Amino acid sequence: MTGKVITISSGKGGVGKTTTTANLGLGLASLGKRVICIDADIGLRNLDVMLGLENRIVYDIINVIEETCPLRKALVRDKRFSELSLLPAAQTRDKSAIKEEDMERIAHEAAEMADYVLIDSPAGIEHGFRYAVKPAELVLIVTNPEVTAVRDADRVIGLLEANNQTPSKLIINRIKPEMVKRNEMLDADAIVDLLAIGLVGIVPEDVQILSASNRGQPVVLSNNSVAGQVFRNIARRLEGEDVPFLPLKEPSFFQRILGSLK
Amino acid sequence: MPLMDLFRHPRESEKDIVTQRLRLILAHDRANVSPGMLEMLKDEIIEVISKHLQIDPGNVDVKFTEDQREARLVADIPLNTDRKARKK
Repeated sequence: MTGKVITISSGKGGVGKTTTTANLGLGLASLGKRVICIDADIGLRNLDVMLGLENRIVYDIINVIEETCPLRKALVRDKRFSELSLLPAAQTRDKSAIKEEDMERIAHEAAEMADYVLIDSPAGIEHGFRYAVKPAELVLIVTNPEVTAVRDADRVIGLLEANNQTPSKLIINRIKPEMVKRNEMLDADAIVDLLAIGLVGIVPEDVQILSASNRGQPVVLSNNSVAGQVFRNIARRLEGEDVPFLPLKEPSFFQRILGSLK
Repeated sequence: MPLMDLFRHPRESEKDIVTQRLRLILAHDRANVSPGMLEMLKDEIIEVISKHLQIDPGNVDVKFTEDQREARLVADIPLNTDRKARKK
């Protein structure tokens, strides 16, 4: 049986695609699943840094496409969870080096070796986006509770419906519970209502996300992070488990102090 | 919440404003029709209908509504009927 290919996309940049890919990759690996993360953002590679694997890269996706290195050899294995490995993007090339068929071939080959293949899509809706979603069975769309991010997410959903007919699910990142409570921000219900697709996760703003990326230790590895708990829950939902959504809590006085000290 | 807000009338929340704006933006994006195009459409509709019926052009309302992912063009065109004319 081959693994499931999931692409993480958003349209808009900076909403948390790479953070989501890194956390779901580790989250699924911690459930004992074999996961291959593919960084499809050629020229702007970042997933390696998010995962803390940047020092161990020898080959990249372009080597695999140009057949100077077999896929298995190009994969960087994670030391925390040996079930997880990364196929890094090339940093000195650009997106024109990949064709849709290349990505399809590599994703399918990776799916032979893993339970999940997670593709971190580049921002935008051009060529990079198109090759990243081409092999996907499911597209996870990451958005933020902002007009611009929701609008771009809607474009991506529309494009997927029109061209690929690929099912998509929504992850809302950086919700601020205290602002939602004061009706100062779009809440998850309003966004789901506007975009009209299924929701798999609501990730609250969490100061630990920054410190996690600083260290290359995604929050999913930390037991006392709410965002980490949310990503673990999304991983379980992808596995087909019916996990209830966490209630959104405002950070306590203590957590605020802790956050400001970091 | 600032203390003074307690004495003010309840107003539209920021969430309501942004939801309304987004609803409109998405409806236009999905139908690939800009607000300017909608105005043009409205003028042309008024022109065509005026050839056959007496209408009240100042109160014509042409807008998009959308429910889930289905967009709809809704035109509300008040007629200038005899009855209305007599009232005046």
